[in-house]
This record gives sequence, structure tokens and C-alpha cells, in this order.
Amino acid sequence: MRSALGWIIRRDLLLALRQRTDVMTTVVFFVIVVSLFPLGVGPEMEKLRPLAAGVLWVAALLASMLSLGRLFAADYADGSLEQMLIAPQPLVLLVLGKIVAHWLVSGVPLVLIAPVLGIQYDLTGAPLLVMTLSLLIGTPVLSAIGAVGAALTLGLRGGGVLIALLVLPLYVPVIIFGAGAVEATQSGIGPEGHLSLLAAFLMLSLVVGPLAAATALRISVE
Amino acid sequence: MLSSENLACVRGERLIFSGIEFALGAGEVLVVTGANGSGKTSLLRIVCGLLEAAAGEIRWNGSSARALGDDFFAELAYLGHHNGLKDDLSATENMQVWAGVSGITVDRAAARQALARMGLAGREDLPVRWLSQGQKRRAAIARLLVAERPLWVLDEPFAGLDRASTVTVEALLQEHLAEGGMAILTTHQDLGAVAASVRRLELGH
Repeated sequence: MRSALGWIIRRDLLLALRQRTDVMTTVVFFVIVVSLFPLGVGPEMEKLRPLAAGVLWVAALLASMLSLGRLFAADYADGSLEQMLIAPQPLVLLVLGKIVAHWLVSGVPLVLIAPVLGIQYDLTGAPLLVMTLSLLIGTPVLSAIGAVGAALTLGLRGGGVLIALLVLPLYVPVIIFGAGAVEATQSGIGPEGHLSLLAAFLMLSLVVGPLAAATALRISVE
Repeated sequence: MLSSENLACVRGERLIFSGIEFALGAGEVLVVTGANGSGKTSLLRIVCGLLEAAAGEIRWNGSSARALGDDFFAELAYLGHHNGLKDDLSATENMQVWAGVSGITVDRAAARQALARMGLAGREDLPVRWLSQGQKRRAAIARLLVAERPLWVLDEPFAGLDRASTVTVEALLQEHLAEGGMAILTTHQDLGAVAASVRRLELGH
């Protein structure tokens, strides 16, 4: 049972490796969106510093959503999804594998590149560390919630826009506590409260996300 | 044993078929025929549990297939309209990944052997993207060889296959039935050579 989870993650990572442009799109999009703000707002560090957390989080959210459409659509189109649905394994586990793979491919690169982009906003020391940490805890939540949206809109016309409408409101707590953690650090309150809540969201979404997405998949494929 | 009771299927608002009953025992093959749109594929998808029947149910050895869940899926190999292959993986990788996800252990040698049987020797390591339609179909059929599942559900298994491959697939089917397996399929092929008694189910009366 655990090996099926391993296989699905290995498969999706291998596919991502073979279609590197898909991964690059997400990262480049993230970098461009974050870099656009200083151009628009102006280069004064006093203006940029308070914006940093919010901008990085909004960009991460949009970048993660960019790749959601492909999460199940390709498997649906080529029939792999049917084979997954009738595999004698808990579907929840296979969906969890796809969520983990999605995070590794589209979430982890953002976490890795965020410190560099943070410096662009004069984010240093503890706030920069907390920023990266909040992204590390928060981006898997985006993948887990996003999977539900992707499963619900599978095979629908205009699914891309619909995913955004379904998923973005659910992302709200993540962005509030993710960006809040950085602001709390900057103002000297300390990020523990925000990060703990973010971790609680992670636990909750890793349980509820795969369950809801698996149910939605069965309905969508009918 | 696979059986159905008073099966009905509704797609959209339209009743496709109703009152379908069949029973299939070890070594038997059921060929589903009917005009386009008569619900052949829908019936196969209901058998696999991919589609919920509007009425009736599929039974496996007397108990409801839906209630059996994974225990029923472990008895079943399904070849759908789509091949279920990833274009960017090779045929061998596709086979191993599929087996891994389905909870079967298939080493490289076994995968290559099955692909060779389907006439794909020398092409096992090419991305499936570079194979022709017929070769992709063969790569998908090769899964049946490694799965060792008693029930085969095949949707147009001969579609796109050349004469030699058709003969190979017929031979596979014959071996499968001789070993006590069962198969339910849609095809326009005459299966007279495969089994002494071919059961037929015609949809759309």
C-alpha cells in the first residue's frame, strides 16, 4: 500500500523531469510577479519592506494555482486516471501521492527561491527566515486544497477559471497567517502563533484534501 | 463468477439500456455487441465500477462488486478506450509504474518479456510518444500479461491492431480462458477461433 504511494510520487516526478518547461513556467511566473512590484511601487526600501510578505505570498498562491489545471487533466485525458480509480489501492492514498508530487514540483522551488526574492524587498535576518518557513509550511496546503478544486472541475469547460473561483477563497486563511507570521516577526511579537496555526491548517488539509478530491474524482470521471 | 442483475444505465436524461442480465463463469467469454451509442462502453465501465448503474448491480461470486471495492478491483484488468499510457515514459516504465500503483511487483525483465510477446521488442525504451497507435495499443495490452487477473474487461481490444497482433491477442485470450479466466469485451471481430462457446449480449433492442 505504501509502495503505491511511492510509485505515484516517483511517476509524477519523472514526468516533471521529462517536461521541465512546466516546472520552469511556475518558477519564472513567481519570479516575474514578485519582481514587478518594485517597478510599480518604486525602489524605496521603506515602502517595499512592509509589502514583502504579502507580495511573496500572493505570488506563490497564483504560481501554485497556475499548475493546478494539469494536476489531474493529463491523467484524465490519456486514461491513466481510470486505471488509478480501479487500482486495488485506497484512492485517497493515490491522490495524496499526487498532492505530494505537485508540492515537490511546484511548491518546493518557490520555497527555495523565496529567500533570494525576499532580499529584493530588504527582508533580512529573522523575518526572511520566517518568510521562508511560512512558505515551507503553507505551500503544501495550497497543493492539498488545490487538488480538490482540480478534481471538482475535471472535464468541465472553462475549468481553469472555475478552479480559481473555487480555490482562491479557501486560500485566504493560508495567506493571512503566512504573511501575518512575517509581520508579527517584524513588529517583534514573534511568529509562533501564526506558524502554529499554519501548521494546523497543513494537518487539516492533508487529511480532508485527499478525501474530498478522491470523492470528487469518482464523480467527475462518471 | 461475474453476474449482473437487471442492469440499467442512464446517461444525461436518456435511458441507454435496461434489464441487462448476464452471467459469466470460469473459462467463458462474453462479447457485447450493438450499434454505436447503444451503451457498450458504458456497460463495461459499469462492470469496472467506473460508472454507477442507474439500477441493478454487478455481482462477483455472489456479492456486490461495489461493496467488495478493492477486493473486486484486485480481480480485474481493464483496457479502456484510452490506453492509460503516459506519452513521456517508455513502454517499460509505463508498465512498471502501472504495476506499482496497482500493487503488483513487476521487474524490468518481466515487463520487457511481456512487451516482447506483444511484438514491441527493441522499442521498450522509447518514449511512448514515438510509437504508432497500434503499438501503443499493444503496450497497453501487455499489461494484461503481467497482471494475472482472472477477469479481463476489454473495450475494443483489436482497434488499430494489424493482422499479426490481432492473432497474438486472440491467442492471449485463448490462453487466459484455458487457464480458467473470464473476459467481457466489445469487438466486431469474429471470435470463433478463441473459444468453443462465445456468449453474446446484444444491446439496443
